[in-house]
Amino acid sequence: MTAIPQSGAYVNFYQEKRGFLSWLVTEDHKRIALLYFWAISVFFVVAFILGLIMRLELIAPGRTLLDPQTYNEVFTLHGVIMIFLFIIPGIPAIFGNFSLPMLIGAPDVAFPKLNLISWYLYVLGGILALSTLLYGEGPADTGWTFYAPYSVKTGTNVTVAVLAAFVLGFSSILTGVNFIVTMHQMRAPGMSWMKMPLFPWALYATAWIQVLATPVVGITLLMIVAERTLGIGLFDPALGGDPVLYQHLFWIYSHPAVYIMVLPAMGLVSELLPVFVKKSIFGYKVIVYSSLAIAFIGYFVWGHHMFTSGMSGPARIIFSVLTFLVAIPSAIKVFNWVSTLYKGSIEIRTPLLYALAFIFLFTIGGLTGLVVGALATDIHVHDTYFVVGHFHYVMFGGTGFAFFGAIHFYFPKIWGRMYNQKMANVAFSILFVGFNLVYFPMLVLGMMGMPRRYYDYLPEFTLPNQISTVGSWILAIGLILMITNLIRGRKGPKASSNPWGSVTLDWTHTQSPPTLYNFEKTPEIERGPYDYTDYEAYIKKNLQS
Amino acid sequence: MSEEHGTHIVEYKFNILIWIDLLIFTLITIEIAQFDFQALTVVIALVVATIKTYLVGTYFMHLKFENRFLQAIVIGVGILFFVVLFFLFTDYLYF
Amino acid sequence: MSSHAVSHNDVIHFDPYGKKLGMWLFLFTEVLLFGGLFIVYATYRFMNHEAFHEGSAELDLVIGAINTVFLLTSSLTVALSITALQKGNAKLSVNLIMITILFAGAFMMNKYYEWTLKFEHGLFPGMEHYNQLSNGEAQFFNLYFLMTGLHAIHVIVGAIILLIVAYHIKKGNVTKDRYIYLENGGLYWHLVDVIWIYLFPLFYLII
Repeated sequence: MTAIPQSGAYVNFYQEKRGFLSWLVTEDHKRIALLYFWAISVFFVVAFILGLIMRLELIAPGRTLLDPQTYNEVFTLHGVIMIFLFIIPGIPAIFGNFSLPMLIGAPDVAFPKLNLISWYLYVLGGILALSTLLYGEGPADTGWTFYAPYSVKTGTNVTVAVLAAFVLGFSSILTGVNFIVTMHQMRAPGMSWMKMPLFPWALYATAWIQVLATPVVGITLLMIVAERTLGIGLFDPALGGDPVLYQHLFWIYSHPAVYIMVLPAMGLVSELLPVFVKKSIFGYKVIVYSSLAIAFIGYFVWGHHMFTSGMSGPARIIFSVLTFLVAIPSAIKVFNWVSTLYKGSIEIRTPLLYALAFIFLFTIGGLTGLVVGALATDIHVHDTYFVVGHFHYVMFGGTGFAFFGAIHFYFPKIWGRMYNQKMANVAFSILFVGFNLVYFPMLVLGMMGMPRRYYDYLPEFTLPNQISTVGSWILAIGLILMITNLIRGRKGPKASSNPWGSVTLDWTHTQSPPTLYNFEKTPEIERGPYDYTDYEAYIKKNLQS
Repeated sequence: MSEEHGTHIVEYKFNILIWIDLLIFTLITIEIAQFDFQALTVVIALVVATIKTYLVGTYFMHLKFENRFLQAIVIGVGILFFVVLFFLFTDYLYF
Repeated sequence: MSSHAVSHNDVIHFDPYGKKLGMWLFLFTEVLLFGGLFIVYATYRFMNHEAFHEGSAELDLVIGAINTVFLLTSSLTVALSITALQKGNAKLSVNLIMITILFAGAFMMNKYYEWTLKFEHGLFPGMEHYNQLSNGEAQFFNLYFLMTGLHAIHVIVGAIILLIVAYHIKKGNVTKDRYIYLENGGLYWHLVDVIWIYLFPLFYLII
C-alpha cells in the first residue's frame, strides 16, 4: 500500500463526486458510514418516540393511551428497531466504517463493494420491519425475542418481522467479515497487532461474534418462518416440539449479540479517554485481551436468560458461573479506564463527558447484571422492571451514551466544523439527568415486583412510574437539544484537522474532512497508539493544512 | 504484513487418491451402520464423517498449505460448535 | 495526476489472501447456519430415539449413497480444476467445472426423484400420511425436509457460482496467476460437500 497518488489541491471526500446518485453507488467507507448514520438516526428517532409513547401509557394505572394489543405491538417494534436497527449496527457500521480504516492507516476497508451491499441489506431489513405496520393484523406482538410457541400462533406479521431480522443479520455478518479481513490485511506498515488502537481491537472482537453467532439466530428465525408457513411443530409442544430449545437457539445468538452491542462502545471509550487525559491508556494489553475474553466467554453464557424457563439444575448452575466469569473482563476494563484518568491532565470536553457517563452508567448496568446473573436473586426479579432497568443502563446508558459521545468526538472530522460546545454540555447534562430519572425508578419497581411487558400496573407502583415518565420527557428535551445543536453545528466555525489534540492516525494524518483515500501517503507508524510523550511536537509535525 | 499467497499445487494423482479414500470411508460407514452398536452407532458414524471432512478440508480445500492462523480458526470454529452443543446438553441430559 | 482519475484498484492492491480469508469467514457462517439445524437435530434425536429410527427406515439408502458418491466426485473435479488452472490449462479447468456442474445436476435430479417419492407417500408436512405420524417421526421428517432442502439450495447456489467462475476463466479474468475466485468457488463447493458428509449418516444410517 505504498502508491497512494498525490493530488494537487485538497479535495475532501464530499467534493470528490457530487450528486445524490454518487452517494447511492459509493464505495468510500466514509460515505457509507454517513449513509448508515442517516438511516440509523431515523430509526433511532422512530423507536425513541415509541418508547415515549410507552412511558406515556404507563403514567397512570389502567388504560391511558393504548389498548393492550397496541401496547404489545409498540414494545415489540421498539425492541426490534432499537436492537436490530440501532444498537447492533450503530457503532460498528457508522463509526467503525468511518474511522477504522483511518485508525489503522488504510485507504478503505478490504471489500468496499460488500460494504455498500451490507448497507442496502440494512435498509431492506429496516423497510421490512417498518412495513409490518401497514398490512395484515399489524406488527408483531411477541416481544423482540419472538418466543415460540406464541410467535408461531399469533396472527400478527411475525413472519415479515422475523425475515427483517434475518436480512439485518446478514448485513451484520458482511460488516463483520469485512472488518476482520481489513484488520488482518490492511494495517499500515509497522502497525503490529499490539500497536493497533483499541477501537479497532474492540471491533475485531465484535466482528468475530457477528460472524460466529449471527447465523445461529438466522436459521432459528427461518425455522419460525417454516413453522408458520408449513404448519410443522418444530417448537410447538403440542406437536412434539420443545419451546425451550427455541430459547436456547435464540439466546445462543442474542446473548453474544449483547456484546456486539457493547464491545464497540467500550472500544470507543478506550479511544476517547487518552485524548482528553493526554496520557497513555492504562493497561493497553489487558484491555485488548479482555475484549477478546468477553467475546469468547460471552458465547457460552446464553443460558442465564432462561433460569426460570425450566432448564435443568446443573445447566442453571453452569450458566450462572460462566456469567460471573464474563463479569471479570468487563470489570477489568472499568478499572483500566478509571486508572487512565488518574493523574492525567483532564480536559473536560463534551466527548469526555459522554465517556465518563458511559463508565458510570455501564457500571450500574453491569452490577445489576450480577443480580440477575445469580440464580437465587434472578428468580425474584426475572421478567420484572428490574431487568428492563438493567439492560437499559447497559444498552442506552452504555452504548447509547458512547454513541452520542462518538458523534461529538468525530463531528469535526466528519463535517470539518465545530458545534457549540457549551450547548452540547448543557444537552449532555439534561440527557444524563433524564436518563437516570427514567431508568432508576425501573430498578426500584422491579424490586417491588412490577412485571414487565404490561400496559397496566397495580396502584402501588404509580409514583415511580410517574417519575420515570416525567424523566422520559426530560430525556426527550435533552435529545432534541443535542440534535438541534449538532445540526446547527454543521454551519459552525471551521474545525482544524486535529481539534482535540489526539495522536491516533485518524486525527494526525488526515484532513477534516478527510480526502477520498484518507492519507496523502501511507502513514508510517512511529509510536504506540496512545503515546502522549511530546505529543504537541508530534501533532505539529504531522499537522494537515 | 500480508502473507505470501501459497501456490502449492496438489497433483492430479494425489487428488484422485483422496477421492478414493473418501469413497472407501463412505463404504465403511454404510457397512458399519448395518450392525447395532447401541449408543456408539451415531458416534462411529460421526467419527467417520469427521475423518472424511478432515480429508476434504486438508487436501481439497488446501488447508494443509495455508498459514497457521487459517488452520487454527477452522479448528476453532469446529471446537466452538461442540462446546456449544456440550453446554446445551447440560440442560437436556439432566432433565 | 488529478485524484479524480484514481480508482480503487490503484490504491487497494489485489489481495488474494484477504479474499480467501473473507471466504473462509463466510464459510464459518454457513457452518453455523447449518449448525443451528444440527443442534435441533441432536436435541430431537436425543428425545425421540425410536421415532428417528423408524423415520430413517422410510428413506432410501441407495439414493442417499448414490448422491454421496455424486457429491464426493464433484468435489474431486473441482479440486482437479484448480490444479489444472494452476498448471495453466484453462480449457481443462473449465471442462472440469462443467463436469462438476453435471454432477450437481445429477444430485438434484436424484434429490427431486427422492422428494417426489416422499410426496407420493404423503410424507411432506400437512399431507395425509405425515399427519398420522407420531410427533417424533414428524419431527424427523420436518428436519429431513428442512436440512436436505436447505442443502439443495446450497447445491444450486454453488453450481451457479462455479458457472460464473467458469465464464470468467473463459474470458481470461481468472487465470493461472489470479485463480483466487476459482479457489473460493471451490471452497464453497467443498463446504456443500462436507455438509452432505454429515447429513448422509445422520438421516440415512440410523440404526
